[in-house]
Amino acid sequence: MTHATTAASPPALALERVQKSFGTVRALHDVSLQVRRGTVHALLGENGAGKTTLMRVAFGLVAPDRGDVLVQGEIMRNHTARNAIQHGVGMVHQHFSLVPAMTVAQNVALGEHGRYDDGRMSERIRAIGERTGLVIDPLARVSDLSVSAQQRCEIIKALARDARVLILDEPTAVLAPDEAQALLRWLRGFVEQRSDHAVVLITHKLRDALEIADDMTVLRRGATAAAGAVHTFTEAGLADAMLGPGDRTRAVESEVVPEVTRHTDSVGAHNVVLRADALTVHDARDVPRVKNASFTVRAGEIVGLAAVEGSGQAELLRAMCGLLPLASGRLHAPADTGFVPEDRHRDALMLDASLTENFALRDAGARRGRVPWTALANRAAQVLKQRDVRAESVEVMARTLSGGNQQKFILARALDDAPSALVIENPTRGLDFRAAAAVHDALRDARDAGIAILFYSSDLDEVLTIADRVLVLHDGTLREVPRERATVGRAMLAAV
Amino acid sequence: MSMAPAARSALEVILRLGITLAVTAVLLVLLLVMTGYDPDASLRAMVNGAFGSWYAITSATFVRAVPLALTGLAVALAFRAGLLNIGAEGQLLAGAAASTTAAAVLGGTLGAAALPVILLCGMLAGAAWAGIASVLRQRFGVLEVISTIMLNFVALYAVGWLVRGPLQEPTQIYPQSMALEKALQLPVVLSGTRLHAGSMLAVLLAVVAWWWLRYTSSGFRLRAVGLNASAAATSGRINVARVSVLAFLTSGALAGLAGSVEYTGVTYALYENLSPGYGYTAIAVALLARLNPLGVLGTAVLFGALQAGGSAMQRDAGVPIALVNVVEAVIILLVIAGDRVRLSSTRTANTVAPDSVPERT
Repeated sequence: MTHATTAASPPALALERVQKSFGTVRALHDVSLQVRRGTVHALLGENGAGKTTLMRVAFGLVAPDRGDVLVQGEIMRNHTARNAIQHGVGMVHQHFSLVPAMTVAQNVALGEHGRYDDGRMSERIRAIGERTGLVIDPLARVSDLSVSAQQRCEIIKALARDARVLILDEPTAVLAPDEAQALLRWLRGFVEQRSDHAVVLITHKLRDALEIADDMTVLRRGATAAAGAVHTFTEAGLADAMLGPGDRTRAVESEVVPEVTRHTDSVGAHNVVLRADALTVHDARDVPRVKNASFTVRAGEIVGLAAVEGSGQAELLRAMCGLLPLASGRLHAPADTGFVPEDRHRDALMLDASLTENFALRDAGARRGRVPWTALANRAAQVLKQRDVRAESVEVMARTLSGGNQQKFILARALDDAPSALVIENPTRGLDFRAAAAVHDALRDARDAGIAILFYSSDLDEVLTIADRVLVLHDGTLREVPRERATVGRAMLAAV
Repeated sequence: MSMAPAARSALEVILRLGITLAVTAVLLVLLLVMTGYDPDASLRAMVNGAFGSWYAITSATFVRAVPLALTGLAVALAFRAGLLNIGAEGQLLAGAAASTTAAAVLGGTLGAAALPVILLCGMLAGAAWAGIASVLRQRFGVLEVISTIMLNFVALYAVGWLVRGPLQEPTQIYPQSMALEKALQLPVVLSGTRLHAGSMLAVLLAVVAWWWLRYTSSGFRLRAVGLNASAAATSGRINVARVSVLAFLTSGALAGLAGSVEYTGVTYALYENLSPGYGYTAIAVALLARLNPLGVLGTAVLFGALQAGGSAMQRDAGVPIALVNVVEAVIILLVIAGDRVRLSSTRTANTVAPDSVPERT
């Protein structure tokens, strides 16, 4: 790692004593941060620690109440994205801002002036590709691209505007392990390419940060909890800084692959609850996504499903709980099989309805006659208490809960009444690791209570952490593999 | 469910109603002054026309509130299911036309059972008219906002043809149907007034709709589909298409009933201008009531009073009713703008990062 900053060259990006409040909530409190030229700077913190807000200040999307933003030593007077872009700052948001119906070239051209020319823009994108190694078909429609290609498109958009400081918000969250590795390598190359390049990586993955960054800043509750060169940190120290003292054991447990105590006693001793025999499942466009998959899940075990995004796992999980029809094959799944979808705002919650109503949603399709509202409200209140869901009451709108509490609520809803089986998809996506650990604990408790659990996560380490057995789905083909990181990783990429 | 949120939303409704009334009054005075009418005399004529006497209240305001309440319920139910049914006007006309046809066919044959059959025919026709939009939506993905508004015009011109063709009165002079015989008319419920039994029907249906949405499983399914169709399907295992179709048909049936009730209770004949845009005003009625069926009764009376008062103002003070139409339109815009503001403020107040995954390909 290079530490070649001379005293003469100003930092690529500097934030000085930045303060920002939203209403009465203080989001940032006197935060300073220096991103040296030619370095990757990791910005860490729990959900809600202020990472994204800080970088939105740097990118001009949010004007600070107090404090300065300096780019290559020059102070930014206008806090607008346009000004930030002109100063050479580019940001790749966690949720991409691409127009799906347009081509890559058209997306890159958005916001520019003058006449648009397919050929010229394609040429520019190819030139960027040659210079930086970010290869993409300029005339491909964004909606046809994989998530990682969409991300490349976002980065190219920034580079096309001459970005020298790249800010990436949780870029690896949506990527498969090999794609994430490739991205991190690319970022490393980017900062070493020119002396005024720099990268800010917002993340809550300690591993990514430790692996790639030169410097780190840890935010906690809107203030700087720790900052310095990466070699001065240990995983334990980082966890302390992020969580504050006292929560480290849980955090490390959920974030880093530990040798967990295998739950071996139950395997083989219990009944098969979920059984798939040669399942073939097509997606909505009738493309086969799962081919001939056979497996079982027994009572009291967690079977982990590992797969690169888009390998057919979404279709397999939905078919397992009757939400997608089978093209062929046989499925044995109890009628009360619960499902926890990954996109909780889209598929799990009515955000503008009360928690009681959301609780009632679970059996809504089959319920007859009157809805027993009083009983449901009481039950929901009980469940909130039992599962430590922080909400004022069962009458508040689901929207008012934090992401972690929403997820705990959804899980509690699925687990209420002890279903025989549970199918669960990316349950900790977007959660900080305190919330993630709570989700994991709930799943382990459910397993120990005899529930058969089929668990998918796009985070391989999470699958390895929690699963008793591991299935790998690659391009629609399913097989069981030993629970070892290297083996599973290779199977996901089909490098047998 | 506890009272707190209910009380809060009731308070909000009252507050919105108050603001709306105040804005209406100010706007009306402004328009009257600008167009050179004496605001004092005009407003007096208006208030008298709407509330000035027992007769004005029952026979002008309430009588107009009945079709507004029924179409308002239709719109509210559809909107609660996430369906933007803008076609209550067309469904109302379909209902009126079907009832007219039924009355012509039945004549005096069924005795006491004839009237319910006539009303039922109107409901079925309204449902069928809405069903066209529903099929277009389910089969071909045609947005119901567009199809329903188009079908309004189709219904209007179809009625125009009917009253000059198959349903025209025997002398074939006037573009309207034969007068409905006394035995087939909705009875008047308060002697000395024009308030007919349709008012009872409207109140009853509002209560039933409220109860249904709040307490029954199928009502909850309808709301769930409206709140988040994707979650309803995934987490609630609700057959969204079925619920949508049922909601659309029910909405159409209510609007169709409005037409039947207007025909059998007020006009006793079918003609083109049977409805002065009740089905459009219904959107404002429903939105101002925040899509609450019980609230619809209140807002229907409010708009009924406005229209009754407007007619009186035209009659007694010579002020064109167009002025009232302008005020009505402004209220609709106000209500929609108010809803937008409320929505966007709740959205921004809770900037929870949406956890949606980038679109999968």
